[in-house]
Amino acid sequence: MAKNAQHWEKTRGLLFVTLAIWAVFSMGIFLFGAEMNEVTGPFGYPLTYWFTCQGSLAIFVILIFWFAGRQEKIDEEFGFSEKGDD
Amino acid sequence: MIKGNFIDNLPKVYGIYTGGFIGFIILMAIGEQMGMSAKAIGICFVGFTIFIYAAIGWLSRTAQASNYYVAGRTVPTVFNGMATAADWMSGASFVAMAGGIYFKGYGYMALLVGWTGGYVLVASLLAPYLRKFGCYTVPDFIGTRYGGNAARLMAVIVLTVASFTYVTAQINATGTIAAVALDIPFQYAVYVGLVSILLCSMLGGMRGVTWTQVAQYIVLIIAYLLPVFWISNNIGAGFFPHLMLADEVARIGELEQQFGFVKNSAADLATVPKGLAGITQAHSEVNATPWAFISLALAMMMGTASLPHVMMRYFTTPSVKAARKSVGWSVFFIFLLYSSAPMLATLSKLALIDPNLPTGIIGKSIAEVQAIDWYQNWNQANLMFVSDFNGNGTVELNEFFMGGKAVVLATPEIAGLPYVISGLVAAGGLAAAMSTADGLILAIANAISHDVYYKMVDPKAETAKRLVVARVLLVIIGFAGATIAAMEIQGILGSVIWAFDFAMSGLFWPLVLGVWWKRANKEGAVAGMFLGLVSGFAYLIWVRSGGSGFLGITQLTFGIFGSTVSLVAMVVVSLMTSAPNAATQKMVDDSRVPAGASVIGGQK
Repeated sequence: MAKNAQHWEKTRGLLFVTLAIWAVFSMGIFLFGAEMNEVTGPFGYPLTYWFTCQGSLAIFVILIFWFAGRQEKIDEEFGFSEKGDD
Repeated sequence: MIKGNFIDNLPKVYGIYTGGFIGFIILMAIGEQMGMSAKAIGICFVGFTIFIYAAIGWLSRTAQASNYYVAGRTVPTVFNGMATAADWMSGASFVAMAGGIYFKGYGYMALLVGWTGGYVLVASLLAPYLRKFGCYTVPDFIGTRYGGNAARLMAVIVLTVASFTYVTAQINATGTIAAVALDIPFQYAVYVGLVSILLCSMLGGMRGVTWTQVAQYIVLIIAYLLPVFWISNNIGAGFFPHLMLADEVARIGELEQQFGFVKNSAADLATVPKGLAGITQAHSEVNATPWAFISLALAMMMGTASLPHVMMRYFTTPSVKAARKSVGWSVFFIFLLYSSAPMLATLSKLALIDPNLPTGIIGKSIAEVQAIDWYQNWNQANLMFVSDFNGNGTVELNEFFMGGKAVVLATPEIAGLPYVISGLVAAGGLAAAMSTADGLILAIANAISHDVYYKMVDPKAETAKRLVVARVLLVIIGFAGATIAAMEIQGILGSVIWAFDFAMSGLFWPLVLGVWWKRANKEGAVAGMFLGLVSGFAYLIWVRSGGSGFLGITQLTFGIFGSTVSLVAMVVVSLMTSAPNAATQKMVDDSRVPAGASVIGGQK
């Protein structure tokens, strides 16, 4: 059971990191939307505008794949991963 | 040509399908050159794609419960990602989203962030654990985790309220497109749309819906991206719009300064046809308060994680691991369309307002604009309008009005693309609306047939009988949705957003705490679902009937209030009643370990 508890602790740790990054790019940065929009962002778009069109969206895609990869590592470490490659 | 297992051949099958569809587009383009009428092209596009979906639906027919409910749990990650993207992107995303961005700018773009960010919650909080549970439906998870028919039934009610709100809008959109493309009255077109929707799902259930949704995704993404790239090239904005429109965005800002946002008098506005709007918001400036933006994004994100028709797509993957990755693919495929919508809005607006472009109408004389072919077409369709309020004879920025749908539907024609593109766009919009409607109707019918009929009324029912009940319900719910859609009560997008708020009010915390808080019990869950849904509903009615609301929570974000009530009720009631029994606690422990058999035995 100790093994399960450790596995869950690590899983929860990963969840908190994931949710923190998620909160920053889905909500946090938009607290400063007006100020940030004065800055020129990637490809020359105003920065806040760029985040709403592309930036935040792309970060979510990358974040989920990163999360899935990390979680698989945690599962493997404790021998909890499933057989076979999806 | 194709040997062996269907699943192993998927890339080949859909590769051939995509090639065939592109071939069909080229064929239509040649037909247009040879004098085929616009109407004939429209009918061919709609007819051909519906025929293909129906054929896939027929080939996917099944008599097995696990195929019908969860596509046999064999759908590979990438394909499930495509199916989810089609399931997710509704007629509203396809037809109305670019228009919303065009008119409302930054404040509206909270939806783009919300409708993608929600998947981070799906991947990290819910999907893998619900997949491990091995449930057939979302209420199946609630019923098993908390135990008892009350919790199960309450979940079915929340699911039905949220999904039904959503589905009428989709059937409405299907009907609208079918009415235009086939040139038949809307009241009949709604039922033509419904029959097409049912052809995909009735025989094969989730299996049929999965493989048609993949096909529909391919159609809708081609139909969205091809015009965006083409228009961008046609008006000289750059061959890769997503990376190259910074100058155009800046140019729109300049023109806005130059023209100014003149406010029209109420008397003038009264002459504008209903549903049309002028440009009153800056294109790329921040025009909403941080809380207005963040609260809308948050409501959409929590709503995404609570909508059963999305969640049940992750029950179809072969493993827990695959469910997680599949969420990533889903957002990737959604990203392809969502990141293009603002680009289309930019191109459309610039093409219309820039006097330096041949298509620009601002500054031209009223008579000149009224003589343009595409203006006449879209004016007749009630999607475009100009009026000389100040009597100076030329069109000003505040004298030009357009419907939200026109951004997607009319821009190709304005930018001088051939009609074949308009036919393609109609097919894409139809695919988007049909795929979402299928997912929603199936979610409701499955919840009632599996959770209410099989689990509560007749647990000894044979598989054959269960599937008959499931199919009959599918037809009944479809017809109910179509009947309400035919009455045309709400605009397409209004009711879509409400569905998110209903779902999050009732289901978000019972789902999340079911996985992450072992102490959560049946009494708490029932209280959470009931009070969450009721309080959210009450808040909506209050604000709709003139109430002022509080904390800036509007009729679009009432789920924030509902879900907070739900959380408090669930925690308080859970703590006041006894902890779940040992068997339930073990079930939660099992769901947290990816390896091993599913938690619910017997439901492969």
